[in-house]
Amino acid sequence: MKDPKLKPQLRFQINPGGWFEGGSSVEYTTNDWRLERPVINLDKCVGCLYCWIYCPEPAIIPLDREGRGPTKVEVDYDHCKGCGICAQVCPTKAIEMVREEVKV
Amino acid sequence: MMEEFKPVRSIFEIPRKERLAPGHRACAGCGPMIAIRQILLVSPEEPIVVNATGCVEVATSVYPQTAWIVPWAHVAFENSAAVASGVEAAMKSLKRRGGIDKERPVIVFAGDGGTFDIGLQALSGALERGHKMLYVCYDNEAYMNTGIQRSSATPYGAWTTTSPFGKVWPGKRERKKDIISIVASHGVPYTATASIYHWKDLMTKVRKALSYDGPTFLHVYAPCNRGWRFDPSLTVEVARRAVETRFFPLYEVEEGKYRITVPVPKPRPLEDFLSIQGRFRHLLRPEYREALETLKKMVDDRWTWLERMATATSKS
Ligand SMILES: Cc1ncc(C[n+]2csc(CCOP(=O)(O)OP(=O)(O)O)c2C)c(N)n1
Ligand code: SF4
Ligand SMILES: [Mg+2]
Repeated sequence: MKDPKLKPQLRFQINPGGWFEGGSSVEYTTNDWRLERPVINLDKCVGCLYCWIYCPEPAIIPLDREGRGPTKVEVDYDHCKGCGICAQVCPTKAIEMVREEVKV
Repeated sequence: MMEEFKPVRSIFEIPRKERLAPGHRACAGCGPMIAIRQILLVSPEEPIVVNATGCVEVATSVYPQTAWIVPWAHVAFENSAAVASGVEAAMKSLKRRGGIDKERPVIVFAGDGGTFDIGLQALSGALERGHKMLYVCYDNEAYMNTGIQRSSATPYGAWTTTSPFGKVWPGKRERKKDIISIVASHGVPYTATASIYHWKDLMTKVRKALSYDGPTFLHVYAPCNRGWRFDPSLTVEVARRAVETRFFPLYEVEEGKYRITVPVPKPRPLEDFLSIQGRFRHLLRPEYREALETLKKMVDDRWTWLERMATATSKS
């Protein structure tokens, strides 16, 4: 049942047979959980991928070059919850946590 | 019987194929979710996942969506090992009758409550029957999903809502159950502890466990910032200090042989681990000195015991 009072992503219809698409949680964004956003300085990033291996979401996306040595990363800001683990584990301190603007 | 397996040597050899999608509702900085992701990434084939009730299950399966990109089953809190046994037996039977060519790995994810306490009987049964499965206990040291109640995996001295500290209690009064010894005593081919900070060690152990034709068990240390009371950005750091203070030793028991996989020749003071967590901070106050000494002695005794076991079983 669709309830117009709910956040658009929470308005849903029951799939016939209770069937779900694998990985469909991507439709749900968690960006409004965030107090601080990670901002990556790609000049400092050495492509070690520690932020990627430790991200609980995952909201760190390695950029191409699979299997061919160092790569860089970008953040999926729709799903990053702003935990700050990436900034904490980054060996070159290339990630800065920046306060989110408060939307009123 | 064991197939070839390769230790994980570099982060670049790990496939980038995610088997867990974002948008799940675990807290920011959730340690268990890091453990699940790392294990799924390194599984050589797409596994079938059986998931006990707990934070991971609840957070990943909020109706009408799912975060799993692999086949996934949730039945109840206490029977994940029994369900995994059935999945494995069904695959064997299907293969025998020509329905499928190949069996897939079966991986159980269950919390410490779902493993050390309520799922222990089903786990013991599955281990005894010898089903080929990897049972992963992600240990956040309490019943987190229902609001931080102590379990038999909660360590001595830790605060939880059901093991408060005060004039009489120092936090939890009992020691942590030694689950690895219980599992190993079933004579399973492989069982090990692991931690999310030491991802290479963890992922190598996953590969090794999955290469065995029989039941294997991993006890993965997965800090919970919500229940342990620390800043979400410190999840990985807390896991690291647990190992570096010898609080959570990383070792394996392979065919009856004990081996410490991450030696800690010069342990950091235990206070380095305790002081960054609200659940332990009271132990640093003078009135809890005795409890702190008790905890330190438990940590030392356990390490000494492990070293002895490693030496005793390395010969032969
Ligand atoms: C038989 C049964 N008893 C109690 C519950 C309520 N319950 C749901 S999750 C949970 C805690 C799970 O703890 P744990 O296994 O450690 O996983 P965590 O939530 O810490 O990840 C409990 C008690 C249940 N679902 N089923
Ligand atoms: S309570 Fe702990 S284990 Fe549960 S989702 Fe939050 S951080 Fe993860
Ligand atoms: Mg738990």
